[in-house]
Amino acid sequence: MAPASDLAIETSGLVKTFGETRAVDGVDLAVRPGTVQGFLGPNGAGKTTTIRVLATLLHPDSGTARVCGHDVVREAAAVRSKVSLTGQFASVDEDLSGSDNLFVLARLLGYKPPQARARATELLSAFGLEEQADVLVKNFSGGLRRRLDVAASLVVRPDVLFLDEPTTGLDPVSRSRVWAVVRAIVDTGTTVVLTTQYLEEADQLADRIAVIDRGRIIADGTSDELKASVGSNALRVRLRDPAQRGIAVRVLERELGPDGEITADTSRRGHSPGVQPPGPPGGRTAAGPSDAGHDGTNNGGREGGPHNGDPAALSMRVTDGGDGKGVERATRALAELTREGVALADFTFERPSLDEVFLALTGHHAETRGKAGRKGRAADPQGGRDGS
Amino acid sequence: MSGPGTGGGGSVLALDGDGLDAAVRSALRTGEERPPRPGAFAMCLIFCQRALFKIRRDPQQVFDAVLFPVMVTLVFTFLFGGAIAGSTDLYLQFLLPGVVVLTVVMISMNTGVALNVAVSSGIDDRFRSMPIWRPAMLVGELLSDVVRYLMASVVAVLLGLLLGFRPHGGLLGVVAALAMVQVFAFSLAWVWTALGLVVDKPQTIMTLSGIGVFPLLFASNIFVSTHSMPGWLQAVINVNPVTRTVTAVRGLMAGDPTAWHITTAFVADAVLIAIFGPLTVYLYNRER
Repeated sequence: MAPASDLAIETSGLVKTFGETRAVDGVDLAVRPGTVQGFLGPNGAGKTTTIRVLATLLHPDSGTARVCGHDVVREAAAVRSKVSLTGQFASVDEDLSGSDNLFVLARLLGYKPPQARARATELLSAFGLEEQADVLVKNFSGGLRRRLDVAASLVVRPDVLFLDEPTTGLDPVSRSRVWAVVRAIVDTGTTVVLTTQYLEEADQLADRIAVIDRGRIIADGTSDELKASVGSNALRVRLRDPAQRGIAVRVLERELGPDGEITADTSRRGHSPGVQPPGPPGGRTAAGPSDAGHDGTNNGGREGGPHNGDPAALSMRVTDGGDGKGVERATRALAELTREGVALADFTFERPSLDEVFLALTGHHAETRGKAGRKGRAADPQGGRDGS
Repeated sequence: MSGPGTGGGGSVLALDGDGLDAAVRSALRTGEERPPRPGAFAMCLIFCQRALFKIRRDPQQVFDAVLFPVMVTLVFTFLFGGAIAGSTDLYLQFLLPGVVVLTVVMISMNTGVALNVAVSSGIDDRFRSMPIWRPAMLVGELLSDVVRYLMASVVAVLLGLLLGFRPHGGLLGVVAALAMVQVFAFSLAWVWTALGLVVDKPQTIMTLSGIGVFPLLFASNIFVSTHSMPGWLQAVINVNPVTRTVTAVRGLMAGDPTAWHITTAFVADAVLIAIFGPLTVYLYNRER
């Protein structure tokens, strides 16, 4: 027998194949108890399959995995008594009310009927779901459903909690509530394994992040380490008055210039040097969340190319340098803009996208593979392999 | 889904409510308690209760279950009864026990559909990653269906009484017959659950079980006695579990049960469970 391990999760050479697809291809993990391990990767990267192996739903083809010191194959029952799974597709019962969902789980975990009902009520109120107690889950909004889903995993506090894309498809407010809950859970000593497609989420929650691509872990470290390997964030501002563009560029170059790497694009429309329209690798994030037409003054940029025609929009790279100081530099730059009398309509500070992380780490863009890790049973309209 | 990196800006991060936080922490502390786990049979009953919650929420499915026997009884008694048995009243005495069996056979097909839906939803992943006896979910679902079988068969008997069905076996005979029907339906349902686990769409199960169920029902003695049929067909019909059950049920209701009929009916049930029970559990436990 292997010596008892202090690790919450330990895998070595974990492999899981579905037909030709190596969904998990030699994953080695060591997760310390009471920490949050993030899995970051695009759809089909192998995140869900890894979690399903760890939660004893799938048998690995080779390699070993131990959860709380128990082998997931030979001691599956012991593992199941220690873990909870919140799956990617709501692991609650659509045709039951919020209260009945939790009641059934509490009963299965050994609560007597009155105590089970009381436990359901306690959890509902803790998660702000009192009003949904008697509502069928199929009538829940996405955010409420997710909250119930997480609550359902906590009827008995697990030693390890698996959260498979807990906030995919949620609005920002619901997302931040889920995050708050995850932090509270970790504080009580539960180890959390979290998959996500959002770098920001991993950044917010995870102590360590494993970037996973085509079944392999291609980077594993703290979020700072990861970001240092990727490089830069982008600060985007929108001016109230395009005429102030000159001042704005000067201030930003002064504040972010020396170590901030303002990438220049002087050629396109003859705008001021030093500041370029948005254009990260892949050109995908374009104008960011701010909407042209907010103030009605800047529709003029439409006739030319896409965003580089907008004289009110500015964007610059801010390297993080691995010390987290990029945010501070950006804040200072914004304050300076205000001090110099530049009126801003809007600003955003964007982390490197997952795509940029991938590009930096792998040299290729994040791509979605066939959903081999999913249940093949459910009719899956996206079942085709659209990767590579 | 939207592309990666759409988490626009950090402006909403300050919403972590302290109140929510404290309540969650307190609820987590309660969760430290780990009561002793229920036994396997208790778990089956919990799953049964869960399924009954759903019936309570959606009484429509009970209505559907009850409508069918009413329709069949009326159609067969009044449309075909005279032609088959000489008088509708005589035919009703013969037909009604068969209708009860027919009804539960039809309802039991839903079990496969329900199971197919249940195992392709996320809740099944949760159950299978919990420390619970795995077949409990299956057994619980099947037990809850007994409630529907019972309601439908009672309705069929009551309607029969209204139309002139007179069981000489008395109350005791009818109750014993109904008990027998429930056991049969529970046993037969394992066939549909196994089917529900190999087929990928609920509609396919309806089609397949529809195809399978008609020979089962018509190659039986539900509607007509087998005496006028050729010998080889009689042989086939006699091993049909439906025939075994209908014969026993008829005997019990008429007040002249024979040990042979009852025993062979139970043997048929046992054979169904012995084959399709383990098969279903195997299919359920296999990786999905």
